[in-house]
Formats: sequence, structure tokens, C-alpha cells
Amino acid sequence: MSLHWWHVAISYALVLGGFAALTGTAALRHAQARRVLARLETRKRA
Amino acid sequence: MSNAPSLAARPAASLHRFANPGRFLRLSGRLLPWLAASAGLVLAVGLPWALWFSPPDWQQGETVRIMYLHVPMAWLAMGGYAGLAVASAMALVWRHPLADLAARELSPVGAAVTALCLATGSLWGKPMWGTWWVWDARLTSVLVLFFLWLGHAALVRAFDDPERGARMGAILALVGALNLPVVKFSVEWWNTLHQPASLTRVNAPALHVDILYPLLTCAVGFTLAFAAVVLLRVRAAVMERRIRALQMAAARRAETDG
Repeated sequence: MSLHWWHVAISYALVLGGFAALTGTAALRHAQARRVLARLETRKRA
Repeated sequence: MSNAPSLAARPAASLHRFANPGRFLRLSGRLLPWLAASAGLVLAVGLPWALWFSPPDWQQGETVRIMYLHVPMAWLAMGGYAGLAVASAMALVWRHPLADLAARELSPVGAAVTALCLATGSLWGKPMWGTWWVWDARLTSVLVLFFLWLGHAALVRAFDDPERGARMGAILALVGALNLPVVKFSVEWWNTLHQPASLTRVNAPALHVDILYPLLTCAVGFTLAFAAVVLLRVRAAVMERRIRALQMAAARRAETDG
């Protein structure tokens, strides 16, 4: 693999990895908030 | 005199309809799957097109493929900051509670795309210019933009009173918006190593359609992905605020009962 392709590959890995990390952490936080909120609202109604 | 609301009050009233957390969660919950699916679909077309099916540049060779990432990241860094300034103005002028939350959740994502813009620019610059970094006006003003994003993210979280933090962050975002024209026109105002604009010129774009179309496809895909991530974070923040309110109410009840 030429040096140019190395730079291209690292760029794609960085951007796709960066977006995957942003999406993953946001999705985990969202799922946890939804779980806790559902539990608290059920307890409030009971 | 007419009883109609003033021009300034009308947009505020219509925007405040979305300040209701239940309504926001319902509407954004319907929008989010479409946003995420369209981002995935557009990027599934755009990325292979950019990486394998678009032609190499006659001067830059294969390295031109970094442009399909670098340019969308640069547009998102600047467009996102313009969005942050608008949300901050809405928060300051109309005290819109969701605008505060949106600004707070936007800045870490904005900082991330600006860092990706700088990193991909550096990876593109080394084989083309022979250096990872130069202190020219474009690169330096984008670095300032990155520090503004980071500064906003840190400032809104630095106060015990979240409202005060949001107000300080909004002021920083509005003052920092002065940097946006500097970033945009730096390549025209100063002599820079960075090339001038190829696409957003007043006359025709300087790019051939074989390069222009995959670039626009990637830009649309990353914009949709950016919007989906920010919306997901704002939804999480709205739910966390509701959780804190419920926990406070429960603690107060327990104190009164005890």
C-alpha cells in the first residue's frame, strides 16, 4: 500500500470511528435515560 | 389597535410549542429513525463512491479521496457553529429552554467534527504540501474555531447553576460567531498555503462532476448523521432533566413524610 493510500485509510478510519463513537455513546446514554425514566414514572403512577 | 401579537412575539410563541418535553420527545422520536436511516443509506452510497468509484485526481492522485471527508467535516464545523449561534440567540432572547439544551449537546459533537476536519486536513497536507501543519490564516482560524467549540462545551458545564452556565455559553457562542467569516474568507483576505474555495464560488464550481457528486453525497450523508447524533443527545438530555425533576420531587416527599 502506497503512502498516499495509508493517509486515505487513516482518514477514513478516523472519521468513521469518530462518528461510530459519537453515535454509540449517544445511543447508550439515550437508552439508559429511557430505562431510568420509565422506571421512575411507573413508580410515580403506582 | 389590533390585538395581534407583535412580530417578535410570533416566532417565539410558535417555537415555545416545542419546549414542551413530552411533545418534543414524541415528535423527535418519530423523526429520529428516518434521520438515522437516511444518513446510513446516503453514506452507504457516498462512501464507496468516494473511496473506490470516483477517479483519482490528475495532480494529487489517490490522496484526493481525503477531500470527501475533510470538506464535509469543515462544512459541519462551520455550519454547526452557525447553528450554535442561532440556538444561543434563541436562548438569550426568548429564553427557549430547548435551545439551551440543544446548544449544550451540540458543542461536543461540533468539537469532534472540527477535530476530524483538522486531522484529515493534516493527513491530506503532509503528502501534498510536505508538512502536517502551517500557521496560515485558514488553518489557524479553524484551530480557533475548535477551541471555541471546546470552550463552549466546558463553560456550560462549569457552573453549579446550569442556567448561568447556559447564559455564559450563549454569550461565548455569539462572540465566537465573529470567527466564522474569518474562516470563510481567510483564503481570500490573506495569502495562504490552503487552496481557495472550489465549490462555493460565485461563478461555477471548479470541480468536475465525477468528483463533485460523490462529495455532495458524502456531505449530505454526514450532515444527516450529525443531525441524528445531536437529536439523540438532546432527547437523552431532556429525559435526564425529567429524571432529575422526578428524583427531586421524590426526595422532597420523603423529607416531608419523614
